[in-house]
Amino acid sequence: MAAVLTRNIVKTFGGEVPAVNGISLAVPDGEFMVLLGPSGCGKTTFLRIICGLEKQTSGDLLIGGNNVNEMPPRARGVAMMFQSYGLYPHYTVRKNISFPLRTQRVPRAEIESKVEWASQLLGIGHLLDRRPRQLSGGERQRVALARALVREPTALLLDEPLSNLDAKLRTSARQEIKQFQQRVGLTTIYVTHDQVEAMGMGDRIAVIDKGKIRQVGTPIEIYNDPADLFVATFVGAPPMNIVAQNGGGYLGFRPENFLPKAMIGDDSAAEFSFRVDRSEYLGSERIVYGVMEGFDSRQPITAKLPGAHVAEESIRTGEWHPFAVKKSSLRRFDTSGNRINSH
Amino acid sequence: MAVIAEPITKPVSRFHFLLDRRDVLEMVLVAPAILYVLLLVGLPLLLSIYYSVSAYTIYNPTWRFVGLANFEQILQNPTFIQTLVNTFIFTFGSQLLGLVLGKFGAFLLLRPFPGRKFVRALIILPFAVPVALATIAWRWMFDSLYSVITWTLIAMGIVERADAPNWLGDPHLAMLCVIIINAWRFFPFAIVIFLAGITAVPQDVIDAATIDGAGFWRRNYQIILPMILPIVVIGLIFGIVFTFTDLSIVFLLTQGGPVGSTSVLGFEGFQTGIVSGDVSHGAAISLFMLPVLLVVVVLMLRFIRRREI
Repeated sequence: MAAVLTRNIVKTFGGEVPAVNGISLAVPDGEFMVLLGPSGCGKTTFLRIICGLEKQTSGDLLIGGNNVNEMPPRARGVAMMFQSYGLYPHYTVRKNISFPLRTQRVPRAEIESKVEWASQLLGIGHLLDRRPRQLSGGERQRVALARALVREPTALLLDEPLSNLDAKLRTSARQEIKQFQQRVGLTTIYVTHDQVEAMGMGDRIAVIDKGKIRQVGTPIEIYNDPADLFVATFVGAPPMNIVAQNGGGYLGFRPENFLPKAMIGDDSAAEFSFRVDRSEYLGSERIVYGVMEGFDSRQPITAKLPGAHVAEESIRTGEWHPFAVKKSSLRRFDTSGNRINSH
Repeated sequence: MAVIAEPITKPVSRFHFLLDRRDVLEMVLVAPAILYVLLLVGLPLLLSIYYSVSAYTIYNPTWRFVGLANFEQILQNPTFIQTLVNTFIFTFGSQLLGLVLGKFGAFLLLRPFPGRKFVRALIILPFAVPVALATIAWRWMFDSLYSVITWTLIAMGIVERADAPNWLGDPHLAMLCVIIINAWRFFPFAIVIFLAGITAVPQDVIDAATIDGAGFWRRNYQIILPMILPIVVIGLIFGIVFTFTDLSIVFLLTQGGPVGSTSVLGFEGFQTGIVSGDVSHGAAISLFMLPVLLVVVVLMLRFIRRREI
């Protein structure tokens, strides 16, 4: 296990726009770091640079304090799990898991005991003699994880490992991976475009857009104190409401902080007049869409209200209602979109 | 309200929508192919089976049944055994060479380089050139006096003019020449097969192997090759069937010589049955291909089923 450190990594694929445009990131030993960003933002390319499948155009990469710029993938000691798992279809599960050990010419007895250990750890001992095509999606994912772990890697890289699972399985797999990572204490870099995965699993999250890191922080920091408009609108569902301010710059607030005035009960709160256009009842919550008097906004303003405790008359559609946001929940951004620190 | 469709009200004959019925349409569409196979493959096969157990020659066109006498006579003929051995050497030698060339070619053509599309199109040429034309060109290259290959070897100082190889005059070299030409004809096909197979291997699997510590050779022989083996075997079946029954290169290049060293079953059957007019023996010789090919095809198909992934 080792820390992963990158310094100003740049990768261009011949075109003018670099896929990775100067990423510097420090992942301490044992941390679960999530790289979050929309598709095409360069997060997968960055991951492939770390494991050595791509070579960076410039910049340094250190694993466990050693510069590995010139090292081939097999010498870096990292393990990677792919989106479609990349299992070897012609091998049994046992041979799939033992493949990384066989390439390193580990003695046979040791291979057997390690395969045993990894398969017990992931609860796939009964599948060892099957082939990948005979496994379900969840089982394949565990086999891929076992194969990644069996040689005790310096770091584990995961490239959207849950995107091939159905929604229900994804939730449980999320728990498993996280619990498992905590137990083994392995430095993990996890790439995803799914903010729920990022928020739920990451010790820290690096939000990436257009090949650059926009913000690195704990899930709470990312959510509560977004560094710029991109992070503010990318994280959170529905995203943060952004309205242009008269004096220039932007004002942002989360939909769950935008409530009927009566529900806030704080006189110092910022008041707005809100016209409800549409309302969706989702059981545990109610999403209300509309416009705010006196403010320009690209998207409709949303409010997320607790489903059961909303007075019907405060959200009647087509009418203007007094809504409010606590001052502490307001976020200000300058004209170029960067956060203005109010405290 | 607009009328979208009106049911047909007047009574129609029960044959009116015959071609709309799936089973009928299927039969109509597949019938020409079946007819074709029955008339042009099945019938001649039955005919040749009958010829092989008769005493039919073009000088004495009798349908007299002689049992397995023709086969017995053929098997007692030592040149026939030699022909059978030649056929195996020719078939498997050229397939092996073709596969090796094909794999190398496929790997070269996988890497991007300027003009790759052009080269990919060009590589199909040996497959597309008429066999007669190609063989005549090769015949000049293997000529005892004018061989450009010999000339090159001499110019490079590898052989002396005095002991230059007599390509088509030496029994072993003649077989090598026939094999080289056939491999040359076959390898574009092998390249296409390998290219199709290799590009179908998911990049994730190859990347996973790279991360797992596999180098170039291990990736190729433990991951890629086993994964594309089924499609390669299919290509090989085609190659073996076509080569085993082929007589054109031998006919055009060596006429089976020198001293029968390049004679193959197809050529021998043609010589005996058509040129010499001994139809019954010619048919019997040709029929020797049948069990051999059957065994090869069954073995290979079984192998694929076992390997299926």
